[in-house]
Amino acid sequence: MTNSETDAPALSSDASPALELRGIDKWFGPVHANNQVSFEVPRGTIHGIIGENGAGKSTLMSIAYGYYQADAGEILVNGNPVKITGTQNALSHGIGMVHQHFMLVEPFTVLENMVLGAESGPLLAPGLKRARAELARLERAYSLKVNPDAKIESLQVGLRQRVEILKALYRGANILILDEPTGVLTPQEADQLFDILRALRDQGKTIILITHKLREIMALTKNVTVMRQGSVAANVKTAETSREQLAELMVGRSVLLRVDKTPAIPGAKVLEVNDLSVSDDQGIQRVKRVSFDVRAGEILGIAGVSGNGQSELLEALAGIRPIESGAFRFKGNEVNATCMRDAQEMRQMGLGHVPEDRQRMGLVVSFLAKESSILGHHRDPKYTGRFLMQQKAIVDDVTEKMDRFDVRPSNPLLRTSSFSGGNQQKIVLVREMDQNPDLLLVGQPTRGVDIGAIEFIHKRLIAMRDQGNAVLLVSVELDEIMSLADRIIVMFEGNIVGQLTQDEADERKLGLMMAGEQLSTAA
Amino acid sequence: MSTTAPTQVPRWVTHVLVPVSNLVIAFLIAGLIIALIGEDPWQAMKLLVLGAFGATDLIGFTLYYTTNFMFTGLAVAIAFHCGLFNIGGEGQAYVGGLGVGLVALFFGGLPGPIVILLAILASMLFGAAWAFVPGYLQAKRGSHVVITTIMFNFLAAAMITYLLVEVLIEPGQQAPRTAEFSGNTFLPYIHDIIRSLGIPFGQSSLNLSFVVAIIASVLLWVFVWHTRWGYEIRTVGANQAAAIYAGISPSRNIILAMLISGGLAGMVGVNEILGVHHRIILDFTAGFGFVGIAVALMGRNHPLGIFFAALLFGMLYQGGSELSFDIPTITRDMVVVIQGLVILFSGAMEHVFRPHIVNLYLRIVGRRVAMEPAE
Repeated sequence: MTNSETDAPALSSDASPALELRGIDKWFGPVHANNQVSFEVPRGTIHGIIGENGAGKSTLMSIAYGYYQADAGEILVNGNPVKITGTQNALSHGIGMVHQHFMLVEPFTVLENMVLGAESGPLLAPGLKRARAELARLERAYSLKVNPDAKIESLQVGLRQRVEILKALYRGANILILDEPTGVLTPQEADQLFDILRALRDQGKTIILITHKLREIMALTKNVTVMRQGSVAANVKTAETSREQLAELMVGRSVLLRVDKTPAIPGAKVLEVNDLSVSDDQGIQRVKRVSFDVRAGEILGIAGVSGNGQSELLEALAGIRPIESGAFRFKGNEVNATCMRDAQEMRQMGLGHVPEDRQRMGLVVSFLAKESSILGHHRDPKYTGRFLMQQKAIVDDVTEKMDRFDVRPSNPLLRTSSFSGGNQQKIVLVREMDQNPDLLLVGQPTRGVDIGAIEFIHKRLIAMRDQGNAVLLVSVELDEIMSLADRIIVMFEGNIVGQLTQDEADERKLGLMMAGEQLSTAA
Repeated sequence: MSTTAPTQVPRWVTHVLVPVSNLVIAFLIAGLIIALIGEDPWQAMKLLVLGAFGATDLIGFTLYYTTNFMFTGLAVAIAFHCGLFNIGGEGQAYVGGLGVGLVALFFGGLPGPIVILLAILASMLFGAAWAFVPGYLQAKRGSHVVITTIMFNFLAAAMITYLLVEVLIEPGQQAPRTAEFSGNTFLPYIHDIIRSLGIPFGQSSLNLSFVVAIIASVLLWVFVWHTRWGYEIRTVGANQAAAIYAGISPSRNIILAMLISGGLAGMVGVNEILGVHHRIILDFTAGFGFVGIAVALMGRNHPLGIFFAALLFGMLYQGGSELSFDIPTITRDMVVVIQGLVILFSGAMEHVFRPHIVNLYLRIVGRRVAMEPAE
């Protein structure tokens, strides 16, 4: 456990905090998204905001950035009460935001993106010239190197994020809000980002970091605001707290951060993948001749920064995406480019699939929960007769499953969209696990899921393995891979960079492999 | 991301309060326009309603129009459940009528009930066939169904004009229409049926097709919400990625939905050709296919909602023609303006007022709900 950073020297003698929120209240219909939220962020510090999904972090920051108006409460910038009516207005008060999903125009250059919305006149050239000079200055001041004439689409994710930060600084931001900034970064890229943030802080900028990763809070922040159910659960000094305490504050009860499990007892090969290649929708090859196998009674983890072919691999194995070349054998059944199986057939052979993006693929959010709960199994005789669906049988079955997986509220007649992320994920999980599949494909099982539910989901996955089922787990969360998987393979640009056992794996090794480096010291 | 949890609003707000409010606003503006041309809006509205419901024969005509709108509204709705915007109801109805006519002309010698049954089947088959091509192109080639169906409307019009002028025209006549069918093929009029029970009922165009439309509504409701085929169509319409994930073929369901849609639109031919005209005439669809879009929109793609929306448009059609008859300054075009306002406010502008009404409701009721202890 590291201690928090020492304070940066305050540049201004002015004691008033850079940003202060007083009694912020926000309703969305009957949902009380923010309830009397108050905290202050001293100038020149990094302030963490942590909380589970739905705790109100993003709403709060959207209010600070002018997307929403608070129903009640006050915002003070440098001690002066301000009314933030829109994003332009927020910028004029020196508040800038770096979004989780980048707001960049991909075919434009870095420079063109910088001036977007701040073109200063009908002709582009003068604005661009000014931006170039300013960019050079910012680069020197914060060692934020980026080629101004590079097109965004040619840049790595880490660099794109840098452009977002530069964009905010170019617009004169003194208070920088970052929303889950490390979600798409490798551990090394994240470390570089942290260096940049520290440099910014040392130059007197104020930084607000929204995250759900306790590690980042501990490594970076001076103070942290913990939110739970729209309210501030605590405002604490990072140095005076611990990961365990923060987790407990977030969830409202004590949580187990470590996963208990016994060594795996691998059985027969359930899945054998041979020289498999898969392309994405644009025809770009994303999986390049990979080979591996998964045995009964083990969890194989696939680590990697998102976008390195894991998604396409998972979809090909699930029968959703065509195979380009190569093959895989599932329980002895050969599947290749000429003999493909669709998702329905794969399911009948004994495959379960928890897709990476539950809202895009795993559920139909506009459906009732009972309808989402039978997706893919809707032709099962227990749900449908010759002509009519057996509504009562469906409701009874789904209610029972919801109770067993503690889905709240346990009401199959509610719309799927009205469940929280964690509960939606449980709906998918129970649907796919309940068939007792020989192989369960799991993509990002805990993305957007609160800590309490993560614990539950991890336990279920391990129980699945202990029953002798095979599990193939794809996750970009290193902690998750390291604590769940018995064996880990790392993908980079469509190739398998290497394989580690759980005992061999550590964050540094995996991080290097995720960046594409072959480890010569393989065991 | 967090806290965009959609708020649950009771269905009576979204399904009754919102459409009724839109309707009221549409009629207020229509009243304003009527006042502007110097007529009494109150009197006009009274004539409109009395013209639609004031006597049994008027009710009959209203329900006869309603029948057409139910068929075309249901047609738009089933396509919409699959994520398709079928604006080819007009052409599909036209071709459906051709099917009806061909059966009545060439199999008219068979016993009445059999010809009628065959003609209904033909209307569905012909309409479905006309919708199949756009459906197939959408499913297999990605050609947008909006573009192709509207082109097929023109193709239908050209084809039937050609057939009526050159091929099917009544021998020795100048008018582009077929000979009248033999009497045993006529669909019974509702007023005849009711009168046979000894109850007086005014004469109108309302025929047995109305009953067919109600049966079609019930069947469609069962199909969409209570069969796995309907489930698959809705899945494809709501989320194609999820459909593929579940092993549901989007292309098969797109074609299936378009076939059903075309079949329903085709049944306008039963009401018009077999029920009223008793011969194929030019342009008997008279825009019913297009109004079906507004009907489906207003009826929220649900058969019950579609029934009420169809009834509203039936009233506007029937009451409107009475109105322009009674007050000559309110011309037929003026009635079209009123219809246009209803379509504008309940269709195109639906989302303008909806959030405000929902917010208003939540402001009144929402906080009280939220104050109750959360689970």
